[in-house]
Amino acid sequence: MTHYLIKGARPLGGDAVDVLVADGRIAAIGDQLSATGAEVVDAAGLIALPGLVDLHTHLREPGREDAETVETGSRAAALGGFTAVHAMANTDPVADTAGVVEQVWRLGQEAGLVDVVPVGAVTIGLKGERLAELGAMADSAARVRVFSDDGHCVADPALMRRALEYVKAFDGVVAQHAEEPRLTVGAQMHEGERSARLGLTGWPAAAEEAIIARDVLLAEHVGARLHVCHVSTAGSVEILRWAKSRGVQVTAEVTPHHLLLTDACAESYDPVFKVNPPLRTDADVEALRAGLADGTIDAVGTDHAPHAVEDKESEWAQARPGMLGLEQALAVVIETMVEPGRLDWAGVADRMSVRPAAIGRLDGHGRPLAPGEPANLVLVDPAARAAVDPAALASRSRNSPYAGREVPGRIVATFLRGTATVLDGKATR
Amino acid sequence: MKRHLLEAADLDRDDATLVLDTAAQIDQALSGREVKKLPTLRGRTVVNLFYEDSTRTRISFELAAKRLSADVINFSAKGSSVSKGESLKDTALTLEAMGADAVVVRHSSSGAPHRLAGWVRGSVVNAGDGTHEHPTQALLDAYTIRRRLGRLEGVRVAIVGDVLHSRVARSNVGLLHTLGAEVTLVAPPTLLPVGVGSWPAEVSYDLDAVLPKVDVVMMLRVQAERMNASFFPSAREYSRRYGLDARRMGALPDDAIVMHPGPMNRGMEIAADVADSARSTIVEQVANGVSTRMAVLYLLLGGSPQ
Amino acid sequence: MASSAQPVRNAAPSVGDPTPGPVLSAADVARMVDRMAHQLIERCATDAPADDATAGLAGLVLVGIPTRGAPLARRLAARIEAFSGVRVDVGAVDITLYRDDLRRRGVRALEPTELPAGGIDDRLVVLVDDVLYSGRSVRAALDALRDVGRPRAVQLAVLVDRGHRELPIRADLVGKNLPTSRTQKVSVRLAEIDGVDEVLVSDEVAR
Repeated sequence: MTHYLIKGARPLGGDAVDVLVADGRIAAIGDQLSATGAEVVDAAGLIALPGLVDLHTHLREPGREDAETVETGSRAAALGGFTAVHAMANTDPVADTAGVVEQVWRLGQEAGLVDVVPVGAVTIGLKGERLAELGAMADSAARVRVFSDDGHCVADPALMRRALEYVKAFDGVVAQHAEEPRLTVGAQMHEGERSARLGLTGWPAAAEEAIIARDVLLAEHVGARLHVCHVSTAGSVEILRWAKSRGVQVTAEVTPHHLLLTDACAESYDPVFKVNPPLRTDADVEALRAGLADGTIDAVGTDHAPHAVEDKESEWAQARPGMLGLEQALAVVIETMVEPGRLDWAGVADRMSVRPAAIGRLDGHGRPLAPGEPANLVLVDPAARAAVDPAALASRSRNSPYAGREVPGRIVATFLRGTATVLDGKATR
Repeated sequence: MKRHLLEAADLDRDDATLVLDTAAQIDQALSGREVKKLPTLRGRTVVNLFYEDSTRTRISFELAAKRLSADVINFSAKGSSVSKGESLKDTALTLEAMGADAVVVRHSSSGAPHRLAGWVRGSVVNAGDGTHEHPTQALLDAYTIRRRLGRLEGVRVAIVGDVLHSRVARSNVGLLHTLGAEVTLVAPPTLLPVGVGSWPAEVSYDLDAVLPKVDVVMMLRVQAERMNASFFPSAREYSRRYGLDARRMGALPDDAIVMHPGPMNRGMEIAADVADSARSTIVEQVANGVSTRMAVLYLLLGGSPQ
Repeated sequence: MASSAQPVRNAAPSVGDPTPGPVLSAADVARMVDRMAHQLIERCATDAPADDATAGLAGLVLVGIPTRGAPLARRLAARIEAFSGVRVDVGAVDITLYRDDLRRRGVRALEPTELPAGGIDDRLVVLVDDVLYSGRSVRAALDALRDVGRPRAVQLAVLVDRGHRELPIRADLVGKNLPTSRTQKVSVRLAEIDGVDEVLVSDEVAR
């Protein structure tokens, strides 16, 4: 196995040091290290972070391999600096049995670019009617700990309560897609001034906030862990802050696009900006950044949602919701959080690696950059800026909302347990 | 003028006035003539691309294009490749290959004409998209008001009914504001969009309070099925609170007019005797629609102005 | 920024008048209109019974081609009335929607079309325009008239004929022949529209 001597990187933005990676672990950290036979990586000026962990990725396999596969999605993840991604359950067939989650897990192992951690469906077929065999998925080779009907809300309050309770047995967590379905029938975009003018059916903020409020009360009542997917409104942040102050075991994630983009994007009627939950207002974006900065929001989850061209090159209402996120997630966090001084590099490591790994109960990820730890790390050049070219993305799909936008932060190298998955900004396999 | 007419905001005051003036000149030039046809758009192709059934709007555009001697192709979604799953983009590329100079599009999805405009070289005219806009309806309404009242500046217009789902209301609010009229929206709160407060219009829930103070009352079509989604309790209650009957019409100032974009639900939002009264412009609106659309086609297809 | 279509100050010596300014004055214009009015009366007299020299004028309709043909037609009618005591019908026919250069020149605002209540069928229509140049405006006006009715005959009266015809069209009445080159611009200005009566020749600024 190749050993790497990383010269002059700045761990979490600190002083430049050398890092020796050998046998899958960080062998040494110090000044002027040398190692015969090791491949030298010039990391002068680069920031070293623990490998990023995504709680929310759609890899589309099985079912929509024309939009993404475990392999192409894994490559996109590695190029984005990730070493572990949670693969959402809304595949075809749905990941609601041990068989399907093991298949996804095995495909991830074969691709070998990131750890693909399957998410299990909460209910059979995501229908919101009966619990899937959560225990079987937890006990499978995939070791599922995160359960979600993402794309659909577990709307039935009694069912949600049972799910929260049931997964306590294996330290699982229910990741809720918070959307009261009766309030979002036909919804196309954030309900407000713009939806009124554009004639697109509104998705009210209250539809998200009502479910989060209900679920934190349920989680408190039964003493269970709750994770809230893609928080998108200022009101949601307030409810989460209140719940955390009461000691509720609730965690939450925000997507890169909700940190950067607003419902103004819908003015173009270009469905590349159609996403669920929808892009919100400037005030919501500000509240989300503040929530991520103060830790009310624990993590950045990409909600990477590849879609085939024909599912996006259409009328707005006919298009499927979702946008790519893996390859630009860190860039967006740098632009919205690091450059304005709202989060330092340690904070980035915390929100994009340490906390998501803890929520997903991933042992080998989100670890400190210290000798003896698994060598899951990423080197990023914070000064480099480049325009996003969808055609150059590793994802099989092209629905990037950042097309043409100049973003900071080039991922130079990613290491998964000591193996370089990305070097010189290119995937190694 | 911009190349496309997708929404009322595409027209500034000068553009909108030019359309109305042009329509007036066309009306005058054609009045009393046996030959109602002009050679202006000879050799140009206008495609009517209708994804929704709307016989009256399609015929109006068809007549407008034919009176300008354009070749007209009616492309209705039903029974065509569109109903067999062809995407809007593929249809656009087909029209492009056929050399359409203008595409008049009616679609159930808001924003579909905007998408189309990105895929074809010809001019796109929005003939109604979802719950977004219907700009030529607003133009013909403004033209009708100007003909009847002699002006638009300062004219007080009440738009009454299902504003939430109405593309006619959206276009009229924008265009009438551009032309200096004062708009009041009247509806039950359930049928007004969240965010309506930012529109250039007053809002009222009380029709009786508004009627004595307006020069124009424009009644919107209200579908009785809306009561199934609890927008209002019953057709009867809607009609009682927001319908225009003879008694309410009596509260209007003497020379006020009553408009309706059609098709009407007689007995729901408008009583039959009101629709047929001398105040009603409903039949004129249909005739004015043809000349207004002729003006739009002429101005969009004539090429860039000097 | 190059301005367009103004009389050029440093104009090269041009046909007619080397110095800037009008080649025809207000008095010239008035004389030309008077002469054309007389000529029209004479023409109509040849159509009339011997005992009533002005009867032919009843069949006359003066139809101006906007913009400046319309006030010219009204002036001619006023002079005819002054000279003969007969009030002749006047109208205007806008040719914008009949032009064949729409694609090249782009749209322009329409002007009023107004025809006498009695129509033009079986009457002598005299089209009136300010400048006769390529002949395309006249052709468009003839097309427009055809859609409006069937005159007994159509004739053409212009204030200025500057040559360079592109169609087999000639004027029956001409106020003044002004030989010009194609690069020049002839502007007829009338008090009703421009505040002053005069005819200018200028070197066209490249546009």
